[in-house]
Parts: sequence; structure tokens; C-alpha cells
Amino acid sequence: MYQWNFEFLWEYRSLFATGLLYTLGYTVMCIALGLLFGLIAGMGQLARFGVVRWPMKGYVELFRSTPVLVQIIWFYYALPVLLGIEMSPAMAAVLALSLYGGAFYSEIIRGGIISIDVGQTEAARALGMTRFQIMRRVVLPQALRRMTPPLLNQSIMQLKNTSLVSIVALPDLVYQAQAVVHETYRPLETYTLIALMYLAVLLPATSLIKRLERRADT
Amino acid sequence: MIEIQGLRKQFGDNVVLRDVSMQVAKGQVVALVGPSGSGKSTLLRCINLLTIPDAGSIRVGEHAFSFQGTATRLPGDRVLARFRANTGMVFQHFNLFPHMSALQNVMEGMVTVLHTPRKEARERALQLLAKVGLVDKADAQPQQLSGGQKQRVAIARALAMQPQVMLFDEATSALDPELVGEVLAVIQSLARDGMTMVIVTHEIAFAREVADVLVFMRDGVVVESGPAKDVIDHPQQAATQAFLARFHDQS
Repeated sequence: MYQWNFEFLWEYRSLFATGLLYTLGYTVMCIALGLLFGLIAGMGQLARFGVVRWPMKGYVELFRSTPVLVQIIWFYYALPVLLGIEMSPAMAAVLALSLYGGAFYSEIIRGGIISIDVGQTEAARALGMTRFQIMRRVVLPQALRRMTPPLLNQSIMQLKNTSLVSIVALPDLVYQAQAVVHETYRPLETYTLIALMYLAVLLPATSLIKRLERRADT
Repeated sequence: MIEIQGLRKQFGDNVVLRDVSMQVAKGQVVALVGPSGSGKSTLLRCINLLTIPDAGSIRVGEHAFSFQGTATRLPGDRVLARFRANTGMVFQHFNLFPHMSALQNVMEGMVTVLHTPRKEARERALQLLAKVGLVDKADAQPQQLSGGQKQRVAIARALAMQPQVMLFDEATSALDPELVGEVLAVIQSLARDGMTMVIVTHEIAFAREVADVLVFMRDGVVVESGPAKDVIDHPQQAATQAFLARFHDQS
């Protein structure tokens, strides 16, 4: 019978704390960059010109249909060779995760925009608004309300996906846990703790989504 | 005020308008009547270029455009927007902006397109809501309003742009019968004020009362047009007589 013992973990509290900070930091960067990529690709897929539309569709399909772990490794090892540039592990990981998240964000943004009734656009056109004004004043405000819950959902995935950056030796929560396990040979308690830490961060986020979903229905 | 010459439009193989010409004088009310699929809504939507015709020319006030098939270079987004600001349009399904109150719906065009200062836009919007009898609903959200109230807000929203022409696209077709009257009353009061209007409608009795001119369309052509009372009471063409037969039976 395994003897659970969590007490030793207290010794490593600063390691876990920095790990959590890195995880949150990478999450913020990957969400911000991912939303930017997603907005560009989402709007780009709705563009009138195929020159804009097709590359965006290509990007989305490429990143949706390959595993993000493979993308991170590829960005770190293969891309620098291909382009002849230096790439830090953090740069490679953040770029890969952001592009991966962006592909999913773009589908949410595109879907949100096309879900708005065409009558809304017509009424705005009839008032004399330009394309840009229609997007900003009529379509986006309505689409944003519908998009917020799925965008938050995807952002939760983004946070969880940052657990993969340890593969290129970035000191996130998982990486610190691995370090602790190497020293203590106690993986069960260590991974239980970090699982609970992820849970503690994400539980409030999921309940927020539930509240927003209820509001978006009305 | 409006001059339409040789207008043609087809969607795929379906020719919706074949060589339609029409004129509307300032202050005139024109009713566009005809069976569904006759092209009357398309004609109306061509007047503010929500639908771009394939050929022909359109003049509204001092703005004129002409179209020659695929060779035509379409006017730019800004030119079209400025042109559309001169006409007000009311839709069958209201198309109010659901994320704005009634008052904000009416203010939106003034603030965004005309750049009217907010305070002034607000005052004017309240006046217009009073005109359509809804000043007490200024702060209501569209989903709290009945169909008839929504349509009256939509009329106020269009009027806020101080358009030279008002276009009504089956404005009462989506309403419950008991709500039709309140919307027609507003349109009638606009006619009394001398507003130039083109109205696509199925309400023959209303057209007879309010319209100066009735244009009867079928299969993309104008079959008959003339003073509304004359055309309705004494239709000359067989197609017009057949279409109006049901109305005459009822009255």
C-alpha cells in the first residue's frame, strides 16, 4: 500500500511558484498573440479576394490538423535550420502555441461574424454606413457577445497547452514538477499538486464561461 | 426626384428586371404592386443600390449612376455609402439593431454617418420617436417591442437621416393583422408631410388611399401604371385585372 506524503512539497514551494508564474505568463502571451492571429485569419477568410482568403484557410487547416506538440518541436528544431535564424526555446514555443490557438480562434471569430443576420448589414448599408463602420458598429458588437464563451473556452485550452513547453526546457509548472520528481522520486504527490494548481486557476474561468453563456442566450 | 431608365437585373439565369423605367416626382407617393416574384422588391432595392443592377441608369436627387453589364466599374464603398444616406429604407423584417435601445437605433445613423453631435442627435431622435408615437419606449430594447412598434422605430431610424426619399419594402407583411394599422398610419402621415416615397405593398386599399401613382409589375416588367385610383378601379391590362380581382371581390 502506497504511503501518501505531501509534506515534503512545501520545501519546493518557490519552484512551484515560479513554475506557475511562467505558465501564466506564457498563457497570457499565447492568448494575446493567438487572438491577434485569429482575428487576422478569421477576417481574412471572409475577405472578398482569394489572394487573401486562400493563404488564411491554408494556415488554419495546417495548424488545426497537426499536433501542437509536434509544432513546438518543429518550430524549435526545424524552423531555425530552414530560415537560418536563431530561435530561443521561448520564442519557438510561444510562436507555435499562438499560431495553433490562432487557428482555432479564427474559426470562432469567422463563425461569430457570419452568424449575424444579413438583414443587420443591409439595414446598416441602407443608413449609409461604410463597410468598416458596419463591422465596427453593427456586426462586431453582436458577434462578440456570441463569440466570448467559445473564445474563453479556447483560452482555457491555451493555458493547458502551455504544459507542453517543458519539452523545449522552459521552466513552466510541468517542468518544475519534473525537476522535483528527479530529486525526490515522488511523482504521485508532485503531479497531484500541480494538477490541483491548474484546477484552482481554471475553475473560476469555467464558471465565468457558464455565466456568460447564460447571458449570451438571452 | 427619382428617374430610372432601362433597368435590368438577373440573378444567374433568372431575369428579375427587364428594361424597367420609372419616374417619381418630388413629394409623390408611388406604390409598387404585383405578384411575388414580379421584381418589385428588386426594383426598390436598386433605387438605393442595395442591389446593383446589371444595366440601366438610376438618378436620385442630384446623384446619378449608370450601369453597363460587367464592363461597369462599380462605385466605391464610400461613394455608395454617401448615396445610400440620401434614401431611407424600411424592411419587411424591421432589422433593428438588437444591441441598441430604440433611441440608440434612431441615433445611430446620425452619429456614425452624419457625425451629428450626440446631444443634438438625441434630441432629434426623441422628436422622431414622438412622431411615430413611441417616445415612452425610447429606452426599450428591440426585443421588448411588438412588431408594429419595431417597425415604427425602424421608420424613425430611417427618417433620422433626413432622406430625400423613403423606400418601404413590404413594411407590413411580417406584422400580425391587428398591428398593420399603426404602421400604415405613420406612413400616411409622412405622405401628408409631402415625403417622397416608393412603397412595395400588398395592401391594395392602403395604396389606393395614399399613393398618387400605382405601378403594377409582373415578370420583371411594368405592366401598367397611372394614378392609383384609376389603375385600381379600372385596370386596363388583363394581368392587372386578374391580380386585382381578389381585392375587388372582397370590397
